[in-house]
Amino acid sequence: MALHASTLKIGDTHEELVAENLSRTQIVQYAGASGDYMPLHTDEVYAREIAGYPGVFAHGMLSMGATGAMLTNWVGDGRLTQYSARFTRQVWPGDDLLAKATITNIIEENGETLAEMDVLTTNQDGQSVISGKATARIDT
Amino acid sequence: MAEFKFPVDASQIMLFARAVGDNNAIYHDSKYASGTEVKGIVAPPTFVQACAQYDPKFPLRPTIGEPWFGSGKEATGTPKPKEQPKENSEKKSSDSARMLHAEQQYIYHKPIRPGDDLTVSTKRGKSWEKEGRRGGTMSFSETITEFRDAKGELVVTATSVGVTTGKAVSQD
Repeated sequence: MALHASTLKIGDTHEELVAENLSRTQIVQYAGASGDYMPLHTDEVYAREIAGYPGVFAHGMLSMGATGAMLTNWVGDGRLTQYSARFTRQVWPGDDLLAKATITNIIEENGETLAEMDVLTTNQDGQSVISGKATARIDT
Repeated sequence: MAEFKFPVDASQIMLFARAVGDNNAIYHDSKYASGTEVKGIVAPPTFVQACAQYDPKFPLRPTIGEPWFGSGKEATGTPKPKEQPKENSEKKSSDSARMLHAEQQYIYHKPIRPGDDLTVSTKRGKSWEKEGRRGGTMSFSETITEFRDAKGELVVTATSVGVTTGKAVSQD
C-alpha cells in the first residue's frame, strides 16, 4: 500500500474522481455523520431566503473528506502526518470533483522519510474548490 | 478552554466514511482491516469533525426545546439577523448565515480507532480582517482543537479557520 522512496519522485501525481454529480442527499448524509447541521447546506429555503445564496451548497469539509479518500488510497492507511485545505470556492449539488496530489518534496525527518505534496481539487469546470497540502510517511 | 469527551465507535467511523464517499474497507471491515499495516479499523483523515456530535454546546445542531434558525413554517425559526434586538443577539442566529469555513489543517500523531476515548479541548487562535472581492469585509478567526487519548497523548491537532463575510459570497 505505502509509497516507496526508491520509486517516487518530485512531480509524481495521483488523481481520482471523488464525487460525481454530487447529490443533495450526500450533503444531508454528511450533515448527519459529522453533526454539522448548518441549514446553509441542507435547507434550500433558508439558503435562498435568509442567507441569499442560489441554494444549498456542500460543507467544505465534505470536499476535504472526499479528497482525503484520494490521499489515503495513494499513500496508504495511517500514513498521513499532515493534511490541510483552503476552501477556495463553493461546491454545489451536481458538481463533479477531481482530486489530485502532486509530490513536491521528499525529506528525512526524525528518522522517517516523508513525502510532501500539493493537493488540488477542481470541479467540472476546472475551477479549484480545495487547495491544500499533505505529508505522508513513505517506505525506503 | 472548552473540553468534552468524544468516544469513538466503529459505526460512527463507517457512517462518516460513507458520507464522504470513501468505500475503503479499512473503515468498515474489521477482518480485512486486521490484515493491514494498521492492524484494525482506523478513522478516515477528517473524521474528528464528528466530535461535533458530542460537543454539548455545538451551535449548528438543533437544541431540543429551543427554536432552530433553519426553516419551518417560515424561512427561519429565529428572528432574521437585522430584526434581532442587539441585547439578546445570540451568535447562533445573527452571524451564522454569513459564516463559512475558510481553512482546515490536521496534524496526525497516531491513528484513531474504535474504542478510543478521546478528550477534545478547544482554544481560540489568531483573528484578523481582510477586504475581499467576493464577500465584502471578511473577519477570520482560528480555533485550535486537540484530541487526546485516555493516556493524555495527542492523537490529532486540528486548526480551523472560520470566516464571517460582509455579504453572501458572489459566484464569479
